[in-house]
Amino acid sequence: MTEAEDVLQTAAQWRAAGEQVAVATVTETWGSSPRPAGSQMAITKSGRMAGSVSGGCIEGAVADAAMKTIESGSPQLLDFGVSHEKAWEVGLACGGKVKVFVERLS
Amino acid sequence: MTPEILAALEQAKRAKQPIVLATRLPTGEQQLLPAPDAPADLNDAAKRALDRDESGTVKLGDTDWFLQAYNPPLRLIVVGAVHIAQALVPFAVPCGFSVTVVDPRRSFASDERFPGVEISTDWPDEALDKFAPDSRTAVVTLTHDPKLDDPALDRALKSQAFYIGSLGSRRTHAARLKRLRDLGHQDNALSRIRGPVGLNIEAVTAPEIALSIIAEIVGVRRNAPLPPKSSV
Repeated sequence: MTEAEDVLQTAAQWRAAGEQVAVATVTETWGSSPRPAGSQMAITKSGRMAGSVSGGCIEGAVADAAMKTIESGSPQLLDFGVSHEKAWEVGLACGGKVKVFVERLS
Repeated sequence: MTPEILAALEQAKRAKQPIVLATRLPTGEQQLLPAPDAPADLNDAAKRALDRDESGTVKLGDTDWFLQAYNPPLRLIVVGAVHIAQALVPFAVPCGFSVTVVDPRRSFASDERFPGVEISTDWPDEALDKFAPDSRTAVVTLTHDPKLDDPALDRALKSQAFYIGSLGSRRTHAARLKRLRDLGHQDNALSRIRGPVGLNIEAVTAPEIALSIIAEIVGVRRNAPLPPKSSV
């Protein structure tokens, strides 16, 4: 029987298998956002993805940021929301706001 | 995240020990809580996150901390290794439940019918005494057989289980409540039993009934406004 969604465990397994991995975690939400704080997405340099941090609106932008964090090793706190100009580009269709912390598994 | 923190976190999760991963924002320093050397206000915030089973960002002094709460899995005890139980288990596991199926009838409670699922062939009251349902446990009885369901419900009612559901028609349920009353259970306690079990979605097949049951369990856990149904 498969386990409940455990993105961090998946990320740890990928890391153990030699992949370069970043983990993105929703740290704060405002208004209507589809995934609560604590929701996670794992991204590898090779392009594997597991989990989600929104209803699909920001995953692409988060994956781009994850690649930078994998390269640099520096964590990032991303801010997506209607008050942020960039959010219009990325498109939070729900009109909510969300902060996402991206870190590398060292 | 360092390999040491990741390993300690995975270890705590395997040991089913409640734990919080605290991340200082935006710089990313991390520690696991509760910890004897952590500031008291940070330990307190971690405890609140675990109690509410809710992750989030807290501001302590000038510092933002993201607290990720890891509680042990929710538990679901299914009494009756019947067809609906076979359909219910695959819904419950991805919803975060660690499932045990209880049925003393070995022909029902077979590994072939429940591959990879923890099975107890103890009598239901003994099984529930052993599992000691807590406030993160749901109990569902599906046997339709009073001599199996009633002892399980009796023990579930004496526990802190957050959800108690029992399969059976309105008439079956009324007769069941009368028997449990005779065992000394009061009406306000009996109203904890959700029967007929499951959300009313006019479910017919075993998977549909299982879906209605898991939906009701999730609804109760998330404090959804569900219509009352037990006419005690």
